Amino acid sequence: MESSKAEQIEKIIAALKEKYEDQVLLIESPYDFLTVSLRREKIVEIIDYLYHHPDTQFKFLTTLCGIHYPDQNSIVVMYQLHNLVTNQRIRLKIFLPENNLVTPTITSIFQGANWMERETYDFFGVVFEGHPNLTRILNVEEMIMFPMRKEFPVEDQVREDKNDMMFGR
Amino acid sequence: MDTVALNGVNVSDKPEGLEGAGFFATSLEKVVGLARKNSIWPLPFATSCCGIEFMATMGAHYDLARFGSERLSFSPRQADLLMVMGTIAKKMGPILRQVYEQMAEPRWVLSMGACASSGGIFDTYSVLQGIDRIIPVDVYIPGCPPRPEQVINGILQIQHLVETESLRRRDSPQYKSMLNKYGIE
Repeated sequence: MESSKAEQIEKIIAALKEKYEDQVLLIESPYDFLTVSLRREKIVEIIDYLYHHPDTQFKFLTTLCGIHYPDQNSIVVMYQLHNLVTNQRIRLKIFLPENNLVTPTITSIFQGANWMERETYDFFGVVFEGHPNLTRILNVEEMIMFPMRKEFPVEDQVREDKNDMMFGR
Repeated sequence: MDTVALNGVNVSDKPEGLEGAGFFATSLEKVVGLARKNSIWPLPFATSCCGIEFMATMGAHYDLARFGSERLSFSPRQADLLMVMGTIAKKMGPILRQVYEQMAEPRWVLSMGACASSGGIFDTYSVLQGIDRIIPVDVYIPGCPPRPEQVINGILQIQHLVETESLRRRDSPQYKSMLNKYGIE
């Protein structure tokens, strides 16, 4: 007895709203990808709830990353979860203001979040409280910027063979 | 210096010197230069597509062995020539530098391709903008990637440097201060 995709999604939303209706900010489905924006306070609790609830069973963390919205002065931490039984995916977003980039770690639920959170710290400066080893992972350790934030230039500033006249820098 | 065919084997021409019945006299420097030039052991430090082009250069078609460099040394301690081929990320920089420091004198460095020489198209926060920011370079090969003919030409340029280098150059204060500029020794 397979339920249709639409029914599955309804069940997921119902399960989420049953306990955390006050946490849900927005539910949308861009490119048929169920996306839920949440308040930041209870994110670990909600991921744990979605992991164990029989109607959701999101037991696999596909990915986790940061997104910078400079016009909103906020950085989003985005989680993609996967239910491997029904092949259903969900995307969760929490919005952190630029002056308070702190959120608890989810390594207690998914061990695989360890390196993903380190990467998000490395490129966006988001601090994951309770992370076992929150250090840079891809960039050199001496780096003092968070290069994926829009205020930092992508180009290397010591480059000499490109001048403004020729390359518009 | 040209090569002459002797019983079907190519032999390097002798350097300038005095010749008579049963003797040949020349300077030690020229003999050492001749020997070093034709037995360069390269250490390939290949990180990307230039490395693939280097493999073609080592293959039978272009055959770098013709120039006495068929023996690649994968240990820096036995290598004469460090060939840096490909993009060097900033995180790779200290490793490249360590490999250079592990090589014994005399040592030469060849920078192959746009990325190793200047950062190339990777004008970005994570890529080293030319390996000459961390180690001294003798010969640059332009191209993205350079063709094997260009690599061979680069090796010939290195051979010219090796052949004509003074035996005392590596002991000179100029050489030491040059290394000091890179913070080596």
